Amino acid sequence: MTTTTTPKRVSIAESLRGAITEEMERDPKVFCLGEDIAVPGGWGGAFTVTLGLEERFPDRMINTPIAELGFFGVGVGAALMGMRPIVDVQYGDFLFLAMDQIVNNAAKMCYMSGGQCKVPLVMRAPVGATGRGSQHAQNLERYFIGVPGLKVVAVSTAYDARGILKAAVRDDNPVLIFEHKLLYGSKGARAESGAIDASSEIPEGDYVLPLDQAAIRREGNDVTIVGWLLTAHLAQQAADRLADEGVQAEVIDARSLSPIDFATICASVEKTGRLVIVEEGPKTGGVGAEIAAGVTERLGDRARASIRRVASADIPVPFTPVLENAYVPDVPRIMAAVLDMVKG
Amino acid sequence: MTNPPQAKIDIDSYEAGFLLGLYERMVQIREFEEGVKFLFLEGTMPGTIHQCQGQEACAVGVCTALEPTDWITSTFRGHGHALAKGLSVDEMLFELFGAATGCAGGKGGSMHMVNMDKGMIPSIAIVAGGVPVAAGMALAFKMQQTGQVAACFFGDGAIAEGAFHEGVNMAAIWDVPVVFICENNQYGASTHVSKVMRAATIAERLSSYGIDGRRIDGNDVIAVYEAARRAVDDCRAGRGPAFLELLTYRRTGHSRRDACHYQPKPEREQWLEYDPIVRLGQALVEAGHATTEELDAVRKQILTSFDDAVERAKTQPQPTLADLTTHVLA
Ligand SMILES: Cc1ncc(C[n+]2csc(CCOP(=O)(O)OP(=O)(O)O)c2C)c(N)n1
Ligand SMILES: [Mg+2]
Repeated sequence: MTTTTTPKRVSIAESLRGAITEEMERDPKVFCLGEDIAVPGGWGGAFTVTLGLEERFPDRMINTPIAELGFFGVGVGAALMGMRPIVDVQYGDFLFLAMDQIVNNAAKMCYMSGGQCKVPLVMRAPVGATGRGSQHAQNLERYFIGVPGLKVVAVSTAYDARGILKAAVRDDNPVLIFEHKLLYGSKGARAESGAIDASSEIPEGDYVLPLDQAAIRREGNDVTIVGWLLTAHLAQQAADRLADEGVQAEVIDARSLSPIDFATICASVEKTGRLVIVEEGPKTGGVGAEIAAGVTERLGDRARASIRRVASADIPVPFTPVLENAYVPDVPRIMAAVLDMVKG
Repeated sequence: MTNPPQAKIDIDSYEAGFLLGLYERMVQIREFEEGVKFLFLEGTMPGTIHQCQGQEACAVGVCTALEPTDWITSTFRGHGHALAKGLSVDEMLFELFGAATGCAGGKGGSMHMVNMDKGMIPSIAIVAGGVPVAAGMALAFKMQQTGQVAACFFGDGAIAEGAFHEGVNMAAIWDVPVVFICENNQYGASTHVSKVMRAATIAERLSSYGIDGRRIDGNDVIAVYEAARRAVDDCRAGRGPAFLELLTYRRTGHSRRDACHYQPKPEREQWLEYDPIVRLGQALVEAGHATTEELDAVRKQILTSFDDAVERAKTQPQPTLADLTTHVLA
């Protein structure tokens, strides 16, 4: 079993690649299924995560036709028969094509068999608006958090990506991992403009992270800001600037979206008395709505102020940069919401 | 590896004016794409791009066989289809620059070119997503007895999607007037078509739907035009749907800065020689319809007007925040 890695700074793409490699080495039942993931001279998937793995695992890097419904179903079948597939879509938006297999099969097999079967399937999907227009930009988290039988996580640092990918592979349930195009740190022809540094020092050795826990990224007493993926980073940037204005924000990376870690979030809100949820994606029907409702139910009127959501407008993702920039939450809007709340 | 077809372009039965028109439209597409590629790599243009250098004969041959009142559906790789269907360089460039004056007001971008006055619904960037939509458009034509035809463009990669098979089958059982056009450029992104199907050709797979699929030399604009003409005529006569597999090659990257390392060099070189524009140009010169200088002049003229359009594009008004929430509902 290979469990050692040299401690160095890696990007999310590299971190996922390392974790997938190690899991495939550890367990011969682990294999990858996806479009353009195993073509020599190709790209290692849309964002370089599997780059070069076909050389190492020629039989377990399976390059699929463009057939999302099909190969997600293949993943379900292989998982039912004891394999541990990792399937991915090139853009999260294509999960809509695979949705039937994910929701009707992967998520329900265990329950509707009375616990007789399990579907240890890992699914990966890149989300986020990056100048590509309405069909290559959506944040799909909202569509999956209300699907019982499915675990949904979102990785915003390279450290988390490694521990969560490994935990997901070893979990006996279907796990959907959301990743963000601007956080991968993909290089070369697949690099993204406007990328944010999400790299981490990866310690030596094997580790897994829990699939149901949020992470406190910054401590503070005045307000709790919850984000995930890109907005976890934006929240930290906003918190740094708020500190200059004398406001100490506590920043929580929700990380686990189903289940939502209400214990961590509520403990923070009890302390700060205020909650701002930052979400990339339309405000209506978002993950933020679920967090807000869950916190309200648990805390009642123990929060000092009403909850605020900083989210996108209720529109499809626009192409042109002026409108796309207005669509994605940004640091000034987060700061404005916090300051308004703190002063109000 | 599939070798390029060797046949010469047979232009004997056509007038010079018609042929030069085809040539000009193909050069228009090529230079548009080359110009846009430069602007994109230079950083002037936002987003991502999927381009069709090498596949111009498909767009031009098919759209020339259509009437202005006919419709097309297109894909993420839609610039050539849009130009061939009559969208202007200005409205497309302005869109690529994200301008309010672009063909989608800046909201669509490269992958969603549209002009409902010119018979083009928004390009659909989901692989095979346009196939059932085109079947539905053709069903509408049939139910309303309009005599119109829908032409549905997609790539070899689309054949693996469920939407393709569901859409084609419904079009077949209801005999609707749609021409399915598969531009087989031999790669779906980086994946060679031989890796995603066992059959030797895409066309033969259509027989299972009761459709007579045909493989055509997609780099021969006359062959494409003639096949499309027959298909469109069949559709108008109530004998639709039709299916054309146009064998071609993508000269440029799949998108953005893709260097095409997955295309074997000998294959690439062989196909680059069978350039659809060069081939028609040679036939025109050999037949005495044009001199090399005249063909060069066509190209220069197109380049000049493209450069002018770029200057205009750079100063177009951008949308404002007031546009953010408009058009969500009709
Ligand atoms: C449903 C879906 N899956 C994946 C993609 C990502 N993608 C965009 S283009 C492409 C390859 C398409 O190949 P093909 O149909 O042959 O068209 P070509 O690119 O050759 O024009 C892929 C995989 C997509 N846009 N939609
Ligand atoms: Mg193709």
